[in-house]
Amino acid sequence: MTRLAASDITVTLGARAALAGVSAAVETGELVGLIGPNGAGKTTLLRALAGLVAPDAGTVTLDQRPLAMIGRRDRARRLGYLPQDGTIHWALPVQDVVLMGRLPHLGAWDRAGAPDRAIAASAMEALDIADLAARPATRLSGGEKARVLLARALAGAPEILLADEPVAGLDPYHRLEVMEHLAALAAIGTGGAGTGVVVVLHDLALAARFCRRLVLLDKGRIAAEGAPAEVLTAARLATVYRIEALTGRHDGADYVLPWKRVPPR
Amino acid sequence: MRHGAAHARLLGGLALLVLAGFAGSLALGPVAIDLGDALGAIFGNGPEALRLILLEIRLPRAILALAIGAGLGISGAALQGYLRNPLAEPGVVGISATGALGAVIVFYFGLARAFPLALPLGGLAGAAIGVWLVYALAGRGGSTATLILAGVAVNALAGALTALALSLAPSPYATLEIIQWMLGALTDRSMTHVWLALPFIVAGVLILATLARGLDALTLGEDAAASLGVDLAGLRLRLVLGTALAVGAATAVAGVIGFVGLVVPHLLRGRVGYRPGALLVASALGGAALTLIADLAARLILTDREINLGVLTALIGAPFFLALVLQSRRSEP
Repeated sequence: MTRLAASDITVTLGARAALAGVSAAVETGELVGLIGPNGAGKTTLLRALAGLVAPDAGTVTLDQRPLAMIGRRDRARRLGYLPQDGTIHWALPVQDVVLMGRLPHLGAWDRAGAPDRAIAASAMEALDIADLAARPATRLSGGEKARVLLARALAGAPEILLADEPVAGLDPYHRLEVMEHLAALAAIGTGGAGTGVVVVLHDLALAARFCRRLVLLDKGRIAAEGAPAEVLTAARLATVYRIEALTGRHDGADYVLPWKRVPPR
Repeated sequence: MRHGAAHARLLGGLALLVLAGFAGSLALGPVAIDLGDALGAIFGNGPEALRLILLEIRLPRAILALAIGAGLGISGAALQGYLRNPLAEPGVVGISATGALGAVIVFYFGLARAFPLALPLGGLAGAAIGVWLVYALAGRGGSTATLILAGVAVNALAGALTALALSLAPSPYATLEIIQWMLGALTDRSMTHVWLALPFIVAGVLILATLARGLDALTLGEDAAASLGVDLAGLRLRLVLGTALAVGAATAVAGVIGFVGLVVPHLLRGRVGYRPGALLVASALGGAALTLIADLAARLILTDREINLGVLTALIGAPFFLALVLQSRRSEP
């Protein structure tokens, strides 16, 4: 069991406090949805959890050890991060992009060997992109690219995966596809033990449908945390998101359908 | 390991090309020398005149062309990988110009006469300032337009200060010397120049060659690279140091030789599977081969005089650059 936790962290970007006293945690085996309006601090929290930005106050710990005390490579092996900007800058073949997930596992002068290639191949297999292996990574559709980048993260076999809006720009079919993969990753993981997954989402329907636990951020603070039905109440949707939504249950999961804006008071 | 075998073949082929260019550089010139005689002369026997031509004129020139080409090639590949932009190049973004300015300043104040190492050190300091300026102006995933603008600004600044030195030059001789730096050439370089520049260039090339893995990871952006365990600050420091050493020392002894770092990585990128890390060593070899061959052409095209090497590479490289800009405009709406 691995636990990644931010306790009471404050992150200041320029003059603005992007996060003010936020605590949040994820454990192996669970899929946590990180939601909130634009500018609420979701990406900053995810980057702090990934160790990419050091909090000005508070600590981020991995199994009780401060992230700052964990070596760069060790951290890279245990925490996977899928950034929001999914640009792939050179026309590498897809298999080489996926193989980059193995970088933290290689010694300073090692090349990726047969076991690394096998792991990358099985990640591509799992995401149904084996046939894209030789395709230049700059020539992929949005859905293909999302799966390739996810396969890259899976190839690293992290204990915790932090994904920043992995479904942005995807059609409903591919949104569901990526979310199903993340849910399976949380439940089964890459090597038997489940992976802890934190996923930033704007799509409240997906958040309610797939995440057992949601963390709602608003203006750099936690506005609510818990099961979807507890977090996405009509009152909070009105105050935090300034929307009204249709809600209900279907097939044992909650659904939320944003319906109209609440007029500004 | 299909990659491995194909990559080894590519590097082998490039190394052969470098060897051929080096041999040609020794054998060809105003006086054609049989390669066997040339080797004999270098290693101690043969007519005195032949020994003189080879050891005093052709050998230093060939060594410098090889080293400078390797330094420019790998610097171009490293800058392109780091800035994730195929148009980055020491000459285009102004690092060669600031390196030349550093050397010109040292020369202008007569420091080189008092302390010969001041020349490469001046070039190095100038190039380091150039890399920093470019990074500050266009570093964080800047667009092509930002990069080119940064290059224009840095080139303009270095050009203005070099022109100032030129207009205040104390003697016609000094004027001529400064112009030679701006045009770039390997004519009349001696073993002294080799010893001044070679150690710095070798150090720069070796430092840049260590960037391979970090540059590969940067294909996915800075955050993804950092999350894969890449030390971005260390990577940047090694890039600045390596480029400053390689380009600064090269410029200090040979002046501005542009576009080698642009053309070579572009030609080789597809052959290394677009991996920015694998492009480094390949571009060092390719740059060495291209510079050796270009320098041969510079001395053989006209029978009665030489073309400046920097002028020749610019004549080939500038149209190439234009084509690349057009291409990137099409892909970047």
